[in-house]
Amino acid sequence: MSDSIGKVQAQKVTLEGKFELECGQSFNDIELVYETYGALNADATNAILICHALSGNHHAAGKYGNEEKPGWWDSLIGPGKAVDTNKFFVVCPNNIGGCHGSLGPSSINHDTGDYYGPDFPIITVRDWVNSQAKLSDSLGIEKWHAVMGGSLGGMQALEWSYLFPKRIKKAGIIAAAPKLSAQNIAFNEVARQAILNDPDFEGGRYLDKSKYPKQGLKLARMVGHITYLSEEAMRSKFGRELKKEKLNFGYDAEFEIESYLRYQGDVFSESFDANTYLLMTKILDYFDPASNFEGKLVNAFESIEAQLLVVSFSTDWRFAPERSKEIVNALIKAKKNVSYLEIDSPHGHDSFLFANEDYVKGLSAFLEN
Amino acid sequence: MNTIEVIKNWIDKESEVLDLGCGDGEILNILSKEWGSTVLGVEINQDDINKCIQSGLNVIHQNIDEGLENFSDNSFDIVIMSQTIQVLKEPKKALQEVTRIGNESIVTIPNFGYWTTRINLLLSGKMPVTGTLPSSWHDTDNIHLCTIKDFENLCSECEIDVIEKCFFNKFGKESVLAKVAPNLFATTAMYKISK
Repeated sequence: MSDSIGKVQAQKVTLEGKFELECGQSFNDIELVYETYGALNADATNAILICHALSGNHHAAGKYGNEEKPGWWDSLIGPGKAVDTNKFFVVCPNNIGGCHGSLGPSSINHDTGDYYGPDFPIITVRDWVNSQAKLSDSLGIEKWHAVMGGSLGGMQALEWSYLFPKRIKKAGIIAAAPKLSAQNIAFNEVARQAILNDPDFEGGRYLDKSKYPKQGLKLARMVGHITYLSEEAMRSKFGRELKKEKLNFGYDAEFEIESYLRYQGDVFSESFDANTYLLMTKILDYFDPASNFEGKLVNAFESIEAQLLVVSFSTDWRFAPERSKEIVNALIKAKKNVSYLEIDSPHGHDSFLFANEDYVKGLSAFLEN
Repeated sequence: MNTIEVIKNWIDKESEVLDLGCGDGEILNILSKEWGSTVLGVEINQDDINKCIQSGLNVIHQNIDEGLENFSDNSFDIVIMSQTIQVLKEPKKALQEVTRIGNESIVTIPNFGYWTTRINLLLSGKMPVTGTLPSSWHDTDNIHLCTIKDFENLCSECEIDVIEKCFFNKFGKESVLAKVAPNLFATTAMYKISK
């Protein structure tokens, strides 16, 4: 039986000591918020690390008090679910640079007493993985049973596999790509321009001036959201349905899809930080493990010891199955333990959030074999 | 001997084995556990893929008909293609690919020249439905059936060497009759080939 994990609570940890970043800057201490589900066994061998994607956070499963919606991956994490909390101890942190409690652009810089804002350094996937390794140490987890995530989360799981080959038994790389395409970067750039050009952005110092670039962030999210859905999903969900009976010959939201996108943009812009959004898109753009190996992904994968599962979705056009296959083919050439699943799903890039039957079966078989 | 015993006989221990159309991983499981082989499967059926993953086998979801370019030349000691070539759109191309990827390959085919198949067609005038070929012509996956003679002709046409061959009766065992007149008395033929 699959059930919800129920009520959950976030925790906070200060990881002490100098934390060097790939860009050359460093932090003295880093604060991370995270959630855990299930229980860690005596020899700490049943821990699974969940890495969140661009707009995600540490609230992956269960509910806070009277909250209506559960965490973002509740469909897959819980008792009897694909990531079975009766068997595994699941940890999900909010990454640094985030805006849900971990050290990020909306945190106070203790050196200056001001918000970091635009001065927050550009973080990379490698920095995230290094911070997650420090979190593992603090939790007493020497080796993860698995590290997994979707989209940008999948990129972190992949980075784990070659950066800390001894500390990870399995990696679940879902709806990811080995690097962004020109088209992916183009969409990110449109999102950034929307935020940067909002008059209330104030060069990133909007918090100091009690302003907020809501319109810019809303627009950025609307553009992003289009890339998360498949054409098929949009057509079947909205088609050309009108909100009212006939055309109004004006610029208000007339089609259902317009009002849906505006609503999604509004909700998001009220709960997310604009500087974090800019940073997240940059982290995606910079991810390119092959770049340190003369463009040869197979060489980047040389150190991998983990068993890997790569999953893609038929209607995902943001990171299409072909992009996952680039990872898979390099892993085959590097003679690594890899399995690949291509799931038939109508939900586009967002498919990784849904409990599709084949997907759930594949994931749980992989985690429990 | 049965097919898996013959396969074990034909390959060294601890070989790297690729099974194209590996099904639920039956052969790979045995080779991995009993023969120390490093194995990888390719399969298109989702349930079979999950069974492979459950057994801890590495398996790639891929349609062989869409190409095998992602596998480099001579990247595996052995490539197995068991009871699969007859369901493919381009068996000739597949045969060439199999021998390109593997140093050696093992291909198993159902023999359409088996005597009951011949009699079935001769007497009933209908496409044969037999123990090894149980589906009717309109819903069978076997779109490119051949006889032992046909397969061996294709090998020589493609300049592929037959290193070993073995013929099995309807019980999946080697027999005197299948050995003496395979195209008439073998239901299944297995070849070790290379190019």
